[in-house]
Amino acid sequence: MNGLFDIPSDLQNTYWGLVGLHLRLALIPVVGGLVVALPIAQLCVLLRWLYPPVLWVTTILYAIPSLAFFVVLIDYTGQTDLTVMIPLGVYSLVVFVPAIVDGVRSVPQETLDAATAMGLGPVRRYFQVQLPIAAPAIIAGLRVATVSSISLVSVGMLIGNQGGLGNLLNDGMIYHQPRLVWLSVIGTAVLAILADALLVLVRVLVTPWMPRGNRRPRPVDEPEPMQIALEDAAR
Amino acid sequence: MIRIDSVTKRYPDGTVAVDNLSLEIPDRSITVFVGPSGCGKTTTLRMINRMIEPSEGTITIDGKDITQQPVNTLRRSMGYVIQNAGLFQHRTIIDNIATVPRLLGWDKTKARARARELMERVGLDGSLAKRYPYQLSGGQQQRVGVARALAADPPVLLMDEPFSAVDPVVRKGLQDELLRIQDELGKTIVFVTHDIDEAVKIGTMVAVMRTGGHLAQFAPPAELLSDPADAFVEDFLGADRGIRRLSFFSSAGLDLLTTPIVAADATAEQIAARTSKDVPYLLVTDVNGKPLGWSEPARLTAGAVDPARLLPYGRPFEHGKESLRAALDGAVLSPTGWAVAVGADGRVTGVVSQQTIGEAIRAAHAEGRSDEKVAG
Repeated sequence: MNGLFDIPSDLQNTYWGLVGLHLRLALIPVVGGLVVALPIAQLCVLLRWLYPPVLWVTTILYAIPSLAFFVVLIDYTGQTDLTVMIPLGVYSLVVFVPAIVDGVRSVPQETLDAATAMGLGPVRRYFQVQLPIAAPAIIAGLRVATVSSISLVSVGMLIGNQGGLGNLLNDGMIYHQPRLVWLSVIGTAVLAILADALLVLVRVLVTPWMPRGNRRPRPVDEPEPMQIALEDAAR
Repeated sequence: MIRIDSVTKRYPDGTVAVDNLSLEIPDRSITVFVGPSGCGKTTTLRMINRMIEPSEGTITIDGKDITQQPVNTLRRSMGYVIQNAGLFQHRTIIDNIATVPRLLGWDKTKARARARELMERVGLDGSLAKRYPYQLSGGQQQRVGVARALAADPPVLLMDEPFSAVDPVVRKGLQDELLRIQDELGKTIVFVTHDIDEAVKIGTMVAVMRTGGHLAQFAPPAELLSDPADAFVEDFLGADRGIRRLSFFSSAGLDLLTTPIVAADATAEQIAARTSKDVPYLLVTDVNGKPLGWSEPARLTAGAVDPARLLPYGRPFEHGKESLRAALDGAVLSPTGWAVAVGADGRVTGVVSQQTIGEAIRAAHAEGRSDEKVAG
């Protein structure tokens, strides 16, 4: 009964079950956000005037507190996973759209000209040239969005049993059990670090064409993923 | 034959990039568009593969209007080489070269075999096949660019300032390589550059364009140098066009003197026999007949010439193969005013004075223009 990973029965789950739930709640919105962001970003690349208003909208959406989001959504989606996942997916757009737009724009003009001149149509040009060359920038955005999403899931505890490891934090406070709080906080942090490390590995594997030891330098105004996660944790 | 017929490109803001241009680009030769920036040379090139559509006029290839076929089919039938190569940084060298064959539906094995063949043709080591562009030098990347353009064996090659971004030594190597490849393949090449020397060196025909998209002159390089159409072309050709024009006259007709030449181990009698009033110097050669330097006969020690005390012989020219320009250069470089002629093996075949070269130049001018281009 008093094992390190034992958790209260009201959670109706094991610790590892909660970890799985946490990952599911955090990662599905990131993937969904990426899928939605790709066409939006491509539109912004094609129509330059569209980019500033799109950035504006994503930033405003990001500024909506998650609790307010839940209040609105709960009328439609109830106390389900979706109520937590939709805001997380929307928040990820603020990271993805600029990352993809910058990545696609970073493809040198002569590379695009060469592709056009060789008879690659717009679709081939997008999938065979722009997207692969933008991959490092997209993965950089994916790292930020993933880490941020993992840390944000915990707020799902506010609408009942939808916070993954966040519910454990809630229980720890109700039952005055510091062990549960530590299990929740450290578990969340470890998940974020592991996910980030995995994405770094993915980037190394999919970009053998980048100069070693001289990978794309992070723009000065783009904070480290973990720093964003810490800021988000305060939300 | 590519025929450009009354083509004008006007942009919505009123700028005219190309103004009523008409000319015929001959098959299997290099046609160079040259001019200052803003003269419409790149616009013209890009209208040939429809990356830019003309506002007026037509472009035909072998009598067929280029708008009569799907744009990507047209483009796949033309190689395109660009400044900085424009390689796909995320693909290996071999896959970069295989791009167009793959688009044309070749299977991967065949496309890669073809790519390897082309790497060899443009002088790239096969070991580079699996490398990525960032691992290659600028000159190597440009060779990959040329190989990629040639991959599907297109009849037409469009080259937009392909060698402008590499250093002069590499550029000269790439130009020589292009001329060699052209000798083997005989493509119809349209080449854009802002460098008149490059145009004169590689062009069979040169189209000089001026700001505003006007064609100033369309002529073979030798004619361009001898008869510039107007002050603009003359100015664009630069100050020493007379000297550069000598590149188009062969040195074969020069009368060489063979008497004033002695071996380094010559005896006093030999030195005396070779000395004459006409030539104040003797050229000393080594045992292999290669030049060592000039000396006044009186300063030569029979049997033991000290090479360090000889006057420099400048740059020898290959008689018959190189041009009068090379011969004159050799004569000007030597303090004696005499040029040294050598054979293909580097052995001295004779010497010739500035005065004799000057007479040959006058004779060449009198004979009229020589359209035949010779090396050097």
